[in-house]
Amino acid sequence: MHKIAMIGDRDSVLGFMALGFAVYEAIDADAAATLLHTLARDPDNAVIFISEQYAAQIEADMARYKDTPLPAIVTIPGANGATGYGMRAIKSAVERAVGADILFKE
Amino acid sequence: MAEIRVNPTRMELKKLKTRYATARRGHKLLKDKRDELMKQFLAIVRADKELREKIEAGLSRAYGSFSVAAAVSSPAMLEEAMILPRRQGELTVGYRDMMSVRVPTFSVKMVGARGGYIYGFAFTSGELDGALHELGEMTEDLIRLAELEKTAQLLAEEIERTRRRVNALEYIMMPQLQEGIKRITMKLDENERGNLTRLMKVKDMMLAAGRDMAQAEEDEEKEAE
Repeated sequence: MHKIAMIGDRDSVLGFMALGFAVYEAIDADAAATLLHTLARDPDNAVIFISEQYAAQIEADMARYKDTPLPAIVTIPGANGATGYGMRAIKSAVERAVGADILFKE
Repeated sequence: MAEIRVNPTRMELKKLKTRYATARRGHKLLKDKRDELMKQFLAIVRADKELREKIEAGLSRAYGSFSVAAAVSSPAMLEEAMILPRRQGELTVGYRDMMSVRVPTFSVKMVGARGGYIYGFAFTSGELDGALHELGEMTEDLIRLAELEKTAQLLAEEIERTRRRVNALEYIMMPQLQEGIKRITMKLDENERGNLTRLMKVKDMMLAAGRDMAQAEEDEEKEAE
């Protein structure tokens, strides 16, 4: 049985506790990075959600797991609202594949 | 451009031609693969973008009601209410093959009461119920988002790799081989021409020698007369 983990600050993760996610509270980005590596090492954690305000600071740590099938690391907005980081991640994936941004023409 | 240095022999020419044919076939195949990967990738990314927009809107609503709930009840109370999961998400992981890229598929099954709340209503507010309800509705979407984003990442990597290969074949490998084939052909032709002129020269020399000998014999005969 695989687990769904969630890393974020207290306000962001509390709600997910009730959904049965394995919730990990991080007080800052460094703590989030350490948590991320610990969680990713355990093959049971298939999906790791991480709140955007930390994700933006530990991009390099998340990039390490980009090319392996598991775990899937997904950024979702935290309690302070969406920063647009998740959308930028999609954009950068498109740029990586296509060589140019063809989806978010602004 | 680095050139392929081989002996200009017909053997090497044959080898180079085989390599060129293989490179061309590989190039075509990889190009097709890249195009198909791109098609699937774009479909996934579009779905991903849409779902993300939906989730971001839903989450901000849920967080909104959540903070209201947090404001009206004490943190300890709130945590107590949340500590026992209302519904447990059971996550199953499978794999599927997408253009020979192994991508994970997630399916989540919610077990537990659908509408029920595990905490008593006495100490919690109605906003909390609303927030949890919204979050609960979003679980499946969240897992679907995880699947889409992971697939997009993996495909992006594969596309990048395939594109590099296609370019390497198209702009490095194939021109080099063509250049090598051209050089050997030219060298062989040059040798052939060299040979031909040499033969012609030898023939001329032999004819001249024959003529001289005939002349000498004629002179001898005349002298004898």
